[in-house]
Parts: sequence; structure tokens; C-alpha cells
Amino acid sequence: MNCDLIHDSLDAYFDRELDVLAARDFERHLNHCDACRVTFEHYRNRQRTVRAQLPYFQAPEGLVYKIRAQLRPGERHRDTPGTIAWRAWGVAASLVICLAFGALLFRSAVRSSTTQLLAEQVVSCHIRSLMANHLVDVPSSDQHTVKPWFNGKLDFAPTIKDLSSEGFSLIGGRLDYLDDHPVAALVYKRRQHPINLFLWPSSDSDSKPSALVIRGYHVVHGIQLHVACWAVSDLNSDELKRFVQDFEN
Amino acid sequence: MSEEVWNKRTPEQVGKREHEVFEKTLLPYVDAAYNLARWLTRSEHDAEDIVQESFLRAMRSFGTFIPGRDARAWLLAIVRNCCRTWLKRKGFDKPLNELDESVPATELWSDPEAVVIDNMNSQLIRRAVEELPLEYREVLILRELEELSYKEIAQILEIPLGTVMSRLSRSRRELHGRLCNVIQEGRK
Repeated sequence: MNCDLIHDSLDAYFDRELDVLAARDFERHLNHCDACRVTFEHYRNRQRTVRAQLPYFQAPEGLVYKIRAQLRPGERHRDTPGTIAWRAWGVAASLVICLAFGALLFRSAVRSSTTQLLAEQVVSCHIRSLMANHLVDVPSSDQHTVKPWFNGKLDFAPTIKDLSSEGFSLIGGRLDYLDDHPVAALVYKRRQHPINLFLWPSSDSDSKPSALVIRGYHVVHGIQLHVACWAVSDLNSDELKRFVQDFEN
Repeated sequence: MSEEVWNKRTPEQVGKREHEVFEKTLLPYVDAAYNLARWLTRSEHDAEDIVQESFLRAMRSFGTFIPGRDARAWLLAIVRNCCRTWLKRKGFDKPLNELDESVPATELWSDPEAVVIDNMNSQLIRRAVEELPLEYREVLILRELEELSYKEIAQILEIPLGTVMSRLSRSRRELHGRLCNVIQEGRK
């Protein structure tokens, strides 16, 4: 390789683009030619300086977001940092709303699940009272006999009504245990259908009677004047509801 | 792929899976795309617009990209074309034949000024590169900053390998000559 060829090959050698044989020739020439060696030294030094000093422009921070946003026009969750700040407020606000709704839902869910549990207990009590042949502790159709019987047995005085004119005859009263406290169980009968009516004081606010069905038994419950009132029977739902309404009025 | 076919597909028409592959393949090279656009347009703002436009175009023609190939070089070819379109629209496009590519000036490399240039600050070098003709600038940026091979540069610039070699060589000598002039003017 002569000196002219060295000059022509400076860049390719420096960039490692010469093939192995040409590179070996290049180096061999540099070893013997001082002028070319100096030329190459200068060239290499300056090249290194230029490379070291040339700025590499980094893309602005938001550019990737912008690109993503334009590539996915349907999606709104990736955007520039500026709109992310606004979006963060939006997310925060919706989070608060979600939490509020969640709390409401949770409360009602808890309430409905406790209602369900209680209804199960009520039905169990009803079945037990029928199975054990222990329907009443005080057999009487007279409300004035039944009511005093509860004295000293409960922490409240249950209201007892004579509903015989409405077709619900009083059979008697019994002490039972529900929702972690002793409750008054009043037993009525319509035709051949016994009705257990459980009463106990409740801290919850009043609610209108609502019905549900557990294992084939109808359950109607409501709260009036801070007294929880649960009626359970194999009687049909409509008549049981009327019973509760009559009792509460 | 022709421009007409490119424009047939909008981002909405590209499937989610393809979106993911596309982003995974090309988003790592946003910096490279921006750097090239920034050097070629010499404008921060326009570089950003061009990179966005380039990614849109890349998405439309992603079907022509062969997996396993150098995605950066593929993207940079699109960026470079976008820059050229932009420069043409702005009236900055100067054909290469206006340049004097006949100056051999190999002697410059043994010039004692070279030692002085080694100590020049980056502002001077940056300005000198920015003032180079477009053809010189693009080959310099692709080689010095992206460190692409001659072959990759040839593909991006759509010129023969030999032309890459000679153009790169001329670019470096032109830059060197300009830097020498800056130094000499500074001394006067």
C-alpha cells in the first residue's frame, strides 16, 4: 500500500470498514512510513475530539407520550405529562366517588348479608319450635295473659295484639333467643298454618315490612318504633305480609 | 412501499397485538430519531413534529419491516425522508451538485492546526457541523453519533457503499477545513 492509498483509506480504516487483508496492509505501511503515521495520528485525534464533542440530542420528555397517543387514538390513558396532571385530579375525584359508592354498597351489602343471616336464624327457630313440640311456653289466646308472662324475662315489654278479627288467632307466647339476645316469640295461627312472630328491641331506624323466602318458608320483617319484628310461616307471602301490617298498625 | 399504499392504513386499523410489537420494536429509538431530525432540521420544534410524523409513517408501513433487521436503521431512513420532505417544503433543499466534491485536501490531516482543533470547544464544532451541507451532515451524524456501518448508511441514504465512503471522507475533511478557518479567523 502506497502513501496515496493510505490517504484514501484513512476513514475506512478508522471506521473498521476495511477488510482484514487491507487493514493489515494499512498497518504495515504505517509501521514503515513516518509521514503517514503522523497523518493518521492527527486524523485519529481530531476524529475522537469531534465525536466526543458532538452533542447527541435527547428527545424531549413528552415526545414518547405524544407518539403513543397518536398511535393509539382510541386510548386515552397514555398522554403527555401535562394532561397526566389533570387526569390525576380526575382519577382522584373518581376515586373519592368510587369510595363513597363503595362504602354505601358495602353498608347495604353488610346489611343485606346480616339480614340474610338473621332470616336463616329466624327460620331455624321457627322449625325448631315446631319439631320439639315446644311452640309455646304460655298457651293462651288472651293477650292479657301472654303479655305479663314476659315480665322479668325480657328487657322490653312486647306489644301483643288480638288479631282474631283479621283471621289470625293467638296461640300463646314463648321465650326464644335470636340475634344475640332473648326475644319474644308470639305464636299465631291462620287456618292450619302456625306463625312465629319474633320481637326484640332494635337500634336501627324504622323500615317497612319486606319479604323473603328461606327454605320454602316465608319471612316478613320490619322495624317499627325501634322494635324489630320478624314473622315466619309456611303461610303464603301475601297473607303473612298482611299479618305483619295488621300487627304493626 | 409507495406513499399511496402507506396512507391506506390509519392507526385505528392496526390491531392491538401489532401495536404492541411496533412500540416494542421502535419506541426504543425515539432518541435516535429525534437526534437525526434535530441535526437535519436544526430546529427543536420541527424535529419533534418530524419524529411524530415519522412514527405515523412507520406504523403505516410496518408490514414491510422484516423482523430481526435493524429497526433503528429502518426508522432512521423514514426520519431522513421526512426531514427531506420538510426541508424541501421550507425551501432549504440544496442539491449536492452545488457542493465542490472535488477538493481532495488530504494534506489537511497533517496540518499542525489539527492539534489546536483537538482542544476546540463543542459549541464551535456543533456550529460547524450545523453549517455543513445537508448531505455531509446526515452522513456524519449517522456515522459519528449513531455509529452505523457503511452498509447501513448506504441503505438509509439509498446510495452505493462506495459513495458512503467517499462522502463521509469529504464530510470530515470539509468539517476539518471549516474548523481550521474558524481558528484562523479567531486569531486575526
